[in-house]
Parts: sequence; structure tokens; C-alpha cells
Amino acid sequence: MAQLTLEKLNKRYGDAAQVIKAIDLQVNSGEFVVIVGPSGCGKSTLLRMIAGLEDISGGNMYIDGTRVNDDTPSERGIGMVFQSYALYPHMSVYENMAFGLQLAKLPKDEIARRVEQSARILQLEPLLQRRPKDLSGGQRQRVAIGRAIAREPKLFLFDEPLSNLDAALRVQMRMEIAALHRRLKSTIIYVTHDQVEAMTLAQRIVVLNRGNVEQVGTPLELYDHPANEFVAQFIGSPKMNLLPGTLVSSGDTESVVRLWHGKQLTVPIATPASAEGTKVKLGIRPEHIEWGTVADAPYLADVLFVEHMGNETYHYLDSGKLGEPWVVRNSRRSDIAAGETVGYSLPPEHCHLFDESGKAFARRAVGNGASCLPGMDAPPITFAEPARTNVMH
Amino acid sequence: MTHNSESLLPSAAVAPPPTASAPGRKRSLQQRRARAAWVLVAPALILLFAVAGWPLLRTLFYSFTDAAMDTPEEYNFVGLANYLDFADGERFGVLADPLWWQAVGNTLWFTACSVSLELFFGMLLALLMNEKFRGQGLVRAAILVPWAIPTIVTAKMWGWMFHDQYGVINDLLLRVGLIETPLAWIAEPTLSMWAVVIADVWKTVPFMALMLLAALQMIPSDLYEAARVDGATAWQRFRRITLPLIMPAMIVALIFRVMDALRVFDLIYVLTSNSEATISISGYAREQMVSFQEMGVGSAASVLVFMMVAGIAACFLWINRFSHEGKEARE
Repeated sequence: MAQLTLEKLNKRYGDAAQVIKAIDLQVNSGEFVVIVGPSGCGKSTLLRMIAGLEDISGGNMYIDGTRVNDDTPSERGIGMVFQSYALYPHMSVYENMAFGLQLAKLPKDEIARRVEQSARILQLEPLLQRRPKDLSGGQRQRVAIGRAIAREPKLFLFDEPLSNLDAALRVQMRMEIAALHRRLKSTIIYVTHDQVEAMTLAQRIVVLNRGNVEQVGTPLELYDHPANEFVAQFIGSPKMNLLPGTLVSSGDTESVVRLWHGKQLTVPIATPASAEGTKVKLGIRPEHIEWGTVADAPYLADVLFVEHMGNETYHYLDSGKLGEPWVVRNSRRSDIAAGETVGYSLPPEHCHLFDESGKAFARRAVGNGASCLPGMDAPPITFAEPARTNVMH
Repeated sequence: MTHNSESLLPSAAVAPPPTASAPGRKRSLQQRRARAAWVLVAPALILLFAVAGWPLLRTLFYSFTDAAMDTPEEYNFVGLANYLDFADGERFGVLADPLWWQAVGNTLWFTACSVSLELFFGMLLALLMNEKFRGQGLVRAAILVPWAIPTIVTAKMWGWMFHDQYGVINDLLLRVGLIETPLAWIAEPTLSMWAVVIADVWKTVPFMALMLLAALQMIPSDLYEAARVDGATAWQRFRRITLPLIMPAMIVALIFRVMDALRVFDLIYVLTSNSEATISISGYAREQMVSFQEMGVGSAASVLVFMMVAGIAACFLWINRFSHEGKEARE
């Protein structure tokens, strides 16, 4: 089990724009890190650079303190699980798992021991003599993982391993992978575009966007203290609502925001005096908006449509000229119907505040009181350059 | 339901037919489909019989006669005499002709040399074309040129290139210093077969390369990446991943090429005319039939050519199926 350090790692193809821009990251021994981002953000490229399948254009990469930039994948001692599984179709499950060990010229009994051990961990024993084409999607996935385990790598890399599975199987494999990590205590880097996978599997999440690291932190840190609008909207489903406004008065503990329709809201968020009078965005998650009566509630809106999920209900509120509707998520059933006017309120303690560039103002600690302001809680992580996103909308 | 069956009770004798005829109708649907299939296949079968079956039967028929080329309607049955005959302690017939066995040797030698060289160079070209590089499309098109040129033109062209006095091959070899005196590529019996093989390889490598390229492109690139993660060198990736996966396509390509090479005639005939050093079995049959006007003997030789090609094709198919069954059995 190894430690991985990336130092100003970047990737460019010819004269084209950089796809990976100076990424700094440290993954501790035994840690499960998920790299998440929208498609085209460079997450797979980054993983392939770590694997050694893609050349590193600049920066350094260390495994356990040794620079491995120019090492082949097998010299780096990585095991990789591909999105398409990439099982060798002409070999049996056993041969698939033994292939790398045979190439490493391990003794036959050692190969058999390792393959059988991996097969036992993944319950593949009855399938060892089958060919990949005779296996189901989930079984193939397990063989692909087994092939990586048999190599006893220092570092496990998973490239969107669950995206070819159906929803039920995905949940099951997700738990299996989590259980596998608890059992093997191995260092895992896992790439996905699915924030649910990231939230459920990761000890730490790296949010990647356009080749930049937007934020690194534990799942709940990212949920409670997104560093910017991008992370705020990427983590959590349905995504966070953003309401435009102006910062009226700043303060170390409280700030006052005038929302687009003129009403003012005091939120427990620290803002610098220099930001007074600038445009800001107030963020609130769909699950935090509260209903009120039309008579009492501070804000009114028309319900555009309602989605009943059974266990919860989504209401889409008309945001007028501001564009896409806001979402309110209720954990209870609701008899509010489309076309009704409803009153709602924005609990200040659940609000987020973003400046014009999309960067978040620091919120006070929430929940269990753990002090986890973005970037302050995770000492091993440093940002190569200020994380930046384009302002949405 | 109950009401229905009750009301229909009196006509129970009539009721069974619908249920019984249901599978009957199904069967007739299947029959109709089979009939439609036969109707659709019939034109192809008739055409095949007309252009392949009938000439084959005629050739087989004439191989048992003493017909001559200019008067094919006057013939006597001679049994197997055209194949092999004993008279006065001597043996006659195609199978007793040393030239026939020379032709068989030539043909097998030509087939073995040219097909293995084609496989080798075809594989190299296919692997090259499978890589991404600038001008890939142009190379793929250019590589087809030799395949597109008619065999007669190829033969004439190589005839000139191999010319002992004016040929570009000798000129090149002399300049490089590999030879000191011009070689008589076409006339020299030890060299003329090589001249034929070189010309044939040049012409048919594109076919092999494209067949193999098509197979190579079916292999997903992530298999190679998985193999790299497993620590496979380039040679191991080729040996353990590429080769087993393109094997089925390779065998099909080999069958095609072996069939073609066994039937070779035009290239050899145009390049080296009637030289005994290069005569193929097809060339032998033509010689008997056209030069000697021996329609019976020529037909017998043709039948032997057919049996040889068909036999080797059957062997290939058998080996292919056998190796398949072996694979299935292992699973």
C-alpha cells in the first residue's frame, strides 16, 4: 500500500490547450480517493497519467517517494480496472488473472495461490474456467477487479468501473468495492462522473473541472462547504439553487444580502468589507428550502411542476426571468400541485454565498461543529493555483 | 369461458379443428418460409451449377475419353487410361508423367513460398497501417495499387524489371554491389521460380494486409492497455493478444491465398512462358489441352488439379474446425 504524490502534474497534446493543468495532490497510504467531474474534465486522462498509459507532459509523480514519471505501468506497480473491463476474450477467467503474473515470471504455485486467493475474495471460484463471453456484466467486472488484485499492486486505479452496469448492480458493486477496500486496506484512486458514487465511496473527493482541481475534501466537507459555485452545484442532487442578489453589508459573523426582488436576508456568513455593494449569489440546496403559508412566508412563487418519487417530492418553482426553475425537495409527500402559488423561506443557516467570480465566502461550521472551512481542514492538499470556475448562468 | 364452452358443447366435434389447426398453421408458415428461402436461393444455385457444376462434370466426363481439342465430339471411352495406364510393362497417363510431378512440386513450392512471404509482409504492413500516423489514408489507398493492377500487366512489368540486360533489378543489384554480373532471372531455372514468387508476393500482399488490418481493427485498444498494465512487452502483446485474436481472420485469409496460389497460371505463363522450371499444375493442364490438343489428358490433369485444391481446402477447414472444437472443449 503506497502513497501517491502529484506535483504540478500537467498534460498537453501538441500545441493544443492543456487538458490537465498543474495538479497537486497527495493520496495517503490506504486512502480511497475519488476523482469526480463532468465528462471532458480530464479525470480519465489524469488517471491514465497516473497509470502510465499516458505520458506526463510536465511536473512530477511519486509513488512512495520514488519519482516514477518515466516508469512503465507494471514498473509503477499499479493495478487498473477499465471501464470496459478489457478482459482478454481468448483467455479463461483464470488465465486473465494469471496473465500479468506469468509475464512477471512468478513460479507456478505462487501464481495459482494468488489467483485462487483473488478468486476467493471476489467469489469467482466457480467461474475460473469460463471465458469472459460466458459471464454477466457484474461477473466480468469482478474478474477485472480480480485481475488487478492478483497483481498485488501498490495502487489500485478504477476508471469508471460501474458505468456499464445497470442501476441495481451498480449499487451492489459499489458496496462490494467499499467492502473490498476495507478488507485490503489498499490505496485506491477511483474515477467517476457520478457524484453519488463519489459521495458513497470516497474518503476524500477530488473535484476536477477543465483540468483544474476545484476542491479536495471529504464528501461532507464538499457538501457543507463547497469552495465555489461549481462544486456547490456538482455535489448534491438535485443541484443547489443559486439566487442572484447584492451584498448590502458585510461582517465577520453576519452579512446582509438584498435578493433580486428587493427583500433582504441576513446570513451567518463572513464577508470582507471590500465586497460590499458587489453582486453575489445566494446558494441553497433543494432540501433546505422550507414551505410557509402564503400569508406569512417571506417569499412567494408559482409551482411549475411536481415530481413524485414516492419517498420524496420535487417541486419546481418559477424563477421568473432568472432562467431555470428552482427545485425544492421534500422528504414527505406533498399535495401541492402544479400551478399553485406557494410561500417559502430560506433558512439563513443553510445558505451559501458566492462572489462574482463564483468563489464561496466562508460559512460557519455546520452540523456536528467540526471546523472544516474549505482548504483549511486537509493539510496535505494544496491548490496549485486558485481554483476557478466560470460563473454559471 | 364456461358460458362459451357450454354454448358450444353441441358443436364440440367442430370445435377441436381451430385448436388443432393452430400448430398446423404454424407448420405451414414454416413450410412457406422454407419454400420462400428455396425460391430466393434457386437463381444462385442454378447460376452456380451452370458456371461451375456443368463445366466440372464435362471435364470429368472428358477425362475418361480420348477426345481431341479440335474434334471434341469424336471420342472413345478409355476408362482411367488418361490418369494412369499400364501397357507393355510401361506406365502412361498424367500420373506417370514426370512433368506432372514436376508441376506438382513447382506448385506446392510456389504456394508455400509466396503465401508465407505474403503472410509475413502482409502482417508487417497491417501492423504499420493499424498505427495512427499522418498520411494514413493515403498509405492505405496506395497499398492497394498492386492488387488493382491486372495480373497480365503485373507479369509484363516484372518481366521487364527482371530483364537480364535492361532490367531495373539487375541494375540496382549491380550498383549496390551485391552481384558482379547480370543475372538471367527469367531464363535461369534456379532463379525463375523466385522471380515468379517475388512478383506474386508484390501483387497479393495488399490483399493479405487488408484482411489482417480488418481483423486488427476489431481488437479494442484497451486490451493492449490492460496488457501494458500487466507488464507485457510489445512482442508479448503481439504474441499473446494480437495473434490469438486475429487467428480466425488469418486462417480465412490463408485459405483464400492458398486456393489462389494452387491454381496459379497467368502470372507464370506470361512471366516465364513454357519453362519447365516454373510450370504449375494448371499450366500443365493447359499445355496438354491446348498445345498438345489432348483434351482427354488435359481434362484428367484438370480434374487432378481440382481434387488437389479441394482436398487442401477441406484439410484447412477440418483443421480450423478441429481447433475450434478443441477450444470449445476446453471451456
